[in-house]
Amino acid sequence: MKIFDAVVIGGGPAGMTAALYLLRAGVKVALCEKLSPGGQVLMTEVIDNYPGHPKGIKGYELADLFAAHLDNYQPERFNDEVREITPGPDGEYELLVGAERIKAKAVVICTGARYRRLGIPGEEKFLGKGVSFCALCDGNFFRDQTVAVIGGGNSALEESLYLARLVKKIYLIHRRDEFRGCKCYLDKCLINPKIQPVLSTVVNEIQGGTAGVTGLLLKDLKTGETRELPVDGVFVFVGFEPVGDFFPEGLERDKAGFVMTDGEMKTNLPGIFAAGDIRSKACRQVITAAGDGATAATAAYAYLEHLHV
Amino acid sequence: MAAQVMDSSFEQEVLKCDLPVLVDFWAPWCGPCRAMGPVIDELANEYAGRVKVVKMNVDENPASPSKYGIRAIPTLILFKGGEVVEQSTGAVSKSTIKEMIDKKIG
Repeated sequence: MKIFDAVVIGGGPAGMTAALYLLRAGVKVALCEKLSPGGQVLMTEVIDNYPGHPKGIKGYELADLFAAHLDNYQPERFNDEVREITPGPDGEYELLVGAERIKAKAVVICTGARYRRLGIPGEEKFLGKGVSFCALCDGNFFRDQTVAVIGGGNSALEESLYLARLVKKIYLIHRRDEFRGCKCYLDKCLINPKIQPVLSTVVNEIQGGTAGVTGLLLKDLKTGETRELPVDGVFVFVGFEPVGDFFPEGLERDKAGFVMTDGEMKTNLPGIFAAGDIRSKACRQVITAAGDGATAATAAYAYLEHLHV
Repeated sequence: MAAQVMDSSFEQEVLKCDLPVLVDFWAPWCGPCRAMGPVIDELANEYAGRVKVVKMNVDENPASPSKYGIRAIPTLILFKGGEVVEQSTGAVSKSTIKEMIDKKIG
């Protein structure tokens, strides 16, 4: 069995930064990523708020740059999913990565978040057949068609603006009577002739046939009335949920399942740290993920020092 | 590396293939597709001689994705004897894809 000082789980901005800082400190690091490096950055068209890129940078370009930064340090890479973490008798942790078992003294969990599902009838059934969680990926299939975007935060607004360049019409459906997203996106949405807000409304069902989505069943929360809305596709952006179902027993998490840490990214379990979107916190951005990664690496290094590695 | 197939070669390369064929429907502008790329290439090597693993760029080849009702990418479809035997949408791990293949070709 391969033994490491630290295992970093997840190759998004948090994981790549944590790995970078640990490697630069001379620690023997395993980096586990089930896909290629980048995480949610890869699903973002342009990142406008990462300092140092005043003109914005394409998501995949930033992901490639983060990955390239690790090239000089050579962590041991495991391109598969972590399925289990169990504590060993000597304070170390054993991980099952794909079909391989490895051991480490410290673990930094950077598995991130993904778009939350609505959990309504039709959502799972028509996934990939009109139901989407990625405008950048799937917008092109809905050229000159009518779609709905569900959600009222920054993601819903930002993705609506992207879709407006492709589709004929967008119904922007939100359960509250005003949007939560920031003004910079909201103002653009409100003046866009293709975007029609539908407020105080929830979607009860996604309807469709063999060819995919045909419409939505809506409920107006103010009048209680229900109605059908014909659409060709629906994009769901209603918040995030944590990624990963392998967390060690006893790891403290919040109600939504995100991992609780202190300011140093320590969890309640010795030697287990968490960084980035997987943490229970309010601000989930590329920059905060990278910052968490650096902080977690520093705490993990101090922990390893304490063990006299 | 997984080879690219086109609409024009789809019938010959996929539907009439003696081996089961895993097709990765992707596009260059799709982040999760880019994320899956290296995994698909690794699978092409690991399953060589048992399962043919190919990629289809949906931007350049609209007919086949439309025929199979694909409206989201990445979508993976496993064909056996010209028929769809398994399908999955979204970026998934290598282990998940291997399980999907092994269950159907075992």
